[in-house]
Amino acid sequence: MIVGQRKPIQEIIGMLKGIKKILILGCSGCVSVCSAGGEKEVEILALILRIDRKKKGEPVETMEKTLARQCDTEYLEELKGEAGNYDAILSMACGVGVNYLADMYPTTLVFPALNTSFMGVSEEQGVWSERCAGCGDCVLDRTGGLCPIARCSKRLFNGPCGGSQNGKCEIDPNVACVWQLIYDRLKGLNQLEKLKEIFPIKDWSSSLHGGPRKIVREDLKL
Amino acid sequence: MNDVNQPDIVAFCCHYTAYACSQDLQNLPQLGFPENVRLEILPCSGRISITRLLKAFEQGADGIYVAGCKDDTCHNVRGSQIAKKRVDYVKDVFDQLNIEPERIEMYMISREPNRGFIEVAEEMTMRIKKLGSSPLKGK
Repeated sequence: MIVGQRKPIQEIIGMLKGIKKILILGCSGCVSVCSAGGEKEVEILALILRIDRKKKGEPVETMEKTLARQCDTEYLEELKGEAGNYDAILSMACGVGVNYLADMYPTTLVFPALNTSFMGVSEEQGVWSERCAGCGDCVLDRTGGLCPIARCSKRLFNGPCGGSQNGKCEIDPNVACVWQLIYDRLKGLNQLEKLKEIFPIKDWSSSLHGGPRKIVREDLKL
Repeated sequence: MNDVNQPDIVAFCCHYTAYACSQDLQNLPQLGFPENVRLEILPCSGRISITRLLKAFEQGADGIYVAGCKDDTCHNVRGSQIAKKRVDYVKDVFDQLNIEPERIEMYMISREPNRGFIEVAEEMTMRIKKLGSSPLKGK
């Protein structure tokens, strides 16, 4: 899922300066699962903003709404005829939702309440970590299912660097060296031969280096 | 209530803690429980939500506290530990809003007949008297 976290409160307050009527818009997708931008977080942020404005003697009217997803046309269309009623919409979706909101409602001010952090997993309650960098050309078949792009600090393709110490990365002793993990896993699977195959220079055009990406499936289009 | 000598304090209290300490909530005034503290009884302090804490402040409380069991005697095992995390969250929010974090507190009280339940109410009352009315008052 996409993992995000709320921006510092003062940053959000700063971007909403002077705005008197705000729709705080949550998303029931990924950011709800990672407790950053779902219905509960919308209610909390609305309270925080109202308390701040009350303290300053500058009241603000907050409306709260949470859509099933903010990355789908059909759900964002629910705001048709309503978006213009607010001075601004503060989106608690990931950056995808904020962008799509801005695309669909060109005359409405849109602000992000979250920092979109990464694509990752919920390791346990309250702990998330990155697993995929969305490079557009998956190599996991050659690395035992463990990603050297998302999980290696240097994004190395042909084994660890000299900073790999006792299975940990030199950037932080709590960060596992993914190349150690790849080696251990392939050894356990009796597939160490795979490591003898040298990765060629990666073509990053399928990643952001090739510009904004788009997929069109003619078989699915109506 | 704008009188700084009678601060408006909301206390969210664990059912087990409150009854164990007082035996009967009706007795509290006779036992010296401050009249300015409004009690809201929860089935467990872990039931408190961040939203409820913030709402109490928005609605005019000068101070707020949660009273639960000692962290190793919670009837629901981790209720008071969970409550403390939520109180700490609101303390951090207050800090970021330049509101005194001391306006909210978590108390873990022994679940035996004792004056602890009353003493924390008195302590919080004294603390809020020193801090003065909520910065939201009169705005």
